[in-house]
Amino acid sequence: MEDSTSLKQEKENHELKEVEGPWEKKTAASPQDPDPQSSEPLEAEQVPETGPQPSKSPPWSPRSRTSMVLGDLTVPGALPPHSPPQQPSSTPPLTLGEQDLGTPLQSDRTTSIIPNAGTPLSDPLEQPSDKRESTFHRTRQLEENTFPQSQQSKSDLYGPKDPSYDTSKQKELRFDIFQEEDSNSNCDLLQLEPGASEVAPSVLEIAIQNAKAYLLRTSSKSGLNLYDHLSNVLTKILDERPENAVDIIENISQDVKMAHFSKKLDTLQNENELLPMYEIAEMQKTLFLQGNLEGADQELEDEIAESSLPNVMESAFYFEQAGVGLGTDETYRIFLALKQLTETHPIQRCRFWGKILGIERNYIVAEVEFREGEDEEEVEEEEVAEERDNEAIEADEEEEDELPKPFYKPPPTIPKEENRTGANKYVYFVCNEPGRPWVKLPSVMPAQIVIARKIKKFFTGRLDAPILSYPPFPGNESNYLRAQIARISAGTQVSPLGFFQFGEEEGEEEEEVEGGRESFEENPDFEGIQVMDLVESLSNWVHHVQHILPQRFRICLLGQHGCPQISSHSMLLQSSDPTSGLEHMPFPMAKSLRIST
Amino acid sequence: MDAESLLLSLELASGSGQGLSPDRRASLLTSLLLVKRDYRYDRVLFWGRILGIVADYYIAQGLSEDQLAPRKTLYSLNCTDWSLLPPATEETMAQTAMVKGRFMGDPSHEYEHTEIQKVNEGEKIFEEEVVVQVKEETRLVSIIDQIDQAVAIIPRGALFKTPFGPSNVNRTFEGLSLSEAKKLSSYFHFREAIDLKNKTLLEKADLDPSLDFMDSLEHDIPKAGSWSIQMERGNALVVLRSLLWPGLTFYHAPRTKNYGYIYVGTGEKNLDLPFML
Repeated sequence: MEDSTSLKQEKENHELKEVEGPWEKKTAASPQDPDPQSSEPLEAEQVPETGPQPSKSPPWSPRSRTSMVLGDLTVPGALPPHSPPQQPSSTPPLTLGEQDLGTPLQSDRTTSIIPNAGTPLSDPLEQPSDKRESTFHRTRQLEENTFPQSQQSKSDLYGPKDPSYDTSKQKELRFDIFQEEDSNSNCDLLQLEPGASEVAPSVLEIAIQNAKAYLLRTSSKSGLNLYDHLSNVLTKILDERPENAVDIIENISQDVKMAHFSKKLDTLQNENELLPMYEIAEMQKTLFLQGNLEGADQELEDEIAESSLPNVMESAFYFEQAGVGLGTDETYRIFLALKQLTETHPIQRCRFWGKILGIERNYIVAEVEFREGEDEEEVEEEEVAEERDNEAIEADEEEEDELPKPFYKPPPTIPKEENRTGANKYVYFVCNEPGRPWVKLPSVMPAQIVIARKIKKFFTGRLDAPILSYPPFPGNESNYLRAQIARISAGTQVSPLGFFQFGEEEGEEEEEVEGGRESFEENPDFEGIQVMDLVESLSNWVHHVQHILPQRFRICLLGQHGCPQISSHSMLLQSSDPTSGLEHMPFPMAKSLRIST
Repeated sequence: MDAESLLLSLELASGSGQGLSPDRRASLLTSLLLVKRDYRYDRVLFWGRILGIVADYYIAQGLSEDQLAPRKTLYSLNCTDWSLLPPATEETMAQTAMVKGRFMGDPSHEYEHTEIQKVNEGEKIFEEEVVVQVKEETRLVSIIDQIDQAVAIIPRGALFKTPFGPSNVNRTFEGLSLSEAKKLSSYFHFREAIDLKNKTLLEKADLDPSLDFMDSLEHDIPKAGSWSIQMERGNALVVLRSLLWPGLTFYHAPRTKNYGYIYVGTGEKNLDLPFML
């Protein structure tokens, strides 16, 4: 048998050589053949089937069909790229054995038999090889029977190879077939053979068909089928080649599924969610633009700008050296917002005071000093309000004449300090974010400071939020914010000794005058103190803002009950001598200050 | 925050106002790399900075493969030399519970407080005043541990649990979506779960066992009060700040992999929280 076939083998070798070319085309051309491949081997398939035509019946000897018939099996996506490189390996030295190898397998499957199967698909590839093996076996058996039948290659039988196909059956037969194959030698080089003769479908073929049909079954929920999904997942993996893909295979599968469904919803979702981002960006863009718009008034602006705007970036640089700061771009935006503030309001001097964190939103605070005479409007409003209050009180008193009057009169509210004096020396503006409009905080009342000392509340970020506390705070969040700002400013603004000096010399002689030492200015003769001196002790640092003392008030009656009239103390007494060192302050400030390099 | 993305993380967390000076940043970058090599950690986190009166402590933590295993904590005073801290035990926690006030900044400083202890001598019970000394280093250890247990957080999906037990970094974590980022339930405590078993069966049915194996922030007491969620830069950054331990900032850029937390504060718990809300 073997001798007789040797000649035929040579013939077939030639034919197979020809087959290779067209075989490539065939695999490329018909990627979607859904035929189960196992059907072919069961038919007596011919070894050298030439060309991609389905109905080919090249001369073949029944025994010399070792060539693998590679059909139009296309493993979806992943495998076709492999087939070309593997093709050259399955070159003519065909192994024409006496077995009928009629399995329609792609060349990449053949390589699984070839030891150089290095792809992750080697296992599934070996399965087809097993299948192929078994089919060899069977075709050999059927050889006699099938030979007379028409040897039409059934390309339609060459279904895409399903990596998931369970070829456990074939594995058992594998070793038998290997031995037979080895005897034929060159078993490793197998070629595509689209042709196959028809055989009645065997059990194996039916099983494969069933499995494939099951995989193609469309899910009732999602409209996907497992077959396509797996092919997509493998495509993605082979495209991206992640490391340790087996560990993240589930996540990749999930991602592929999500990619199906997220397309339609994308536009809707993105719009809603990204809108605030765009809004803020737009607002902040106007910040950048404003500076450039006015070209004509630039000279005027420069003059004003020099005196009113602080050099925020420079101070931010120094703060950054100390480890405190908001980040460069945030600081720049704040600088632009401050510039916008100075342009819209008549401001003499402006300073970035700081940022207060709140629960829902934060506050950016600017300390501002108006130009002379600019804030008279507010004073008028307050006077009007007071008059209204007085009228109301008088009306009430008249009604109450009939009822016994209580003897208790609540202590009169302490009038607040005048603007530009004491705790109200500066006006504060706040905004939630740079780019948003600035809101002016109302002046602070002594009662508010007194109560602010007793309570401790978080800021929510909304200026009109009520403050619920005990003792009840007179006002809402804007008042509380202003009170806290006043306390912080009064308690923590320090400077090196000698940096500031008093502007007027008259104040030095009259130490009894209250609040006479309010104005100070920079000392032009200040030469700086050595860093080591500043660090070692606190005696070189002074508060340059007056403290807020605890309220001492005396009852001032309106003169209705014959009580002696004592002039009411005004609001909050300021401590004298702001240039006194830190160690002598009425409050134990020294402990709460730390000096570190 | 991961030591590898230190600069970006510091930039994103800068909204709280406390950061690092440039020289510290530079020394951190180099020294943390060396720490990772020397101690053979899988990941090194820059935990934050505890402000003391005389000096600050810079804290770093090293993690092994299993993300939920106890972390090793290191501290440094100058960002270049790091020393390993002992793990926190219950004794240290009990001792340091009595110490209040700011940190001094000197690791060998000893806090003294007197305790009244009952001593049994025979049949009589004496009350003696014992002066207990607690070293600042011990206090540091327990404060860091408390902060970690209470407020170290991580977004949902950043870690996943393998069937073998250890939890690993999820390589396919692409970030929370915007709607998820605004909810407290999408953030977990970065520690072993405590409350998970107390959930009802209905709640448990919705959980994904590989992702939802830690406590979420939803059930922190006081509810809806101990965290402040804010969106900065429009919707490009979500920042969570703890109100219980003021100074802890967690940031996450939605739809990206950037997230991290840093603590810069005095190391004092805000016990007035319920009154401040």
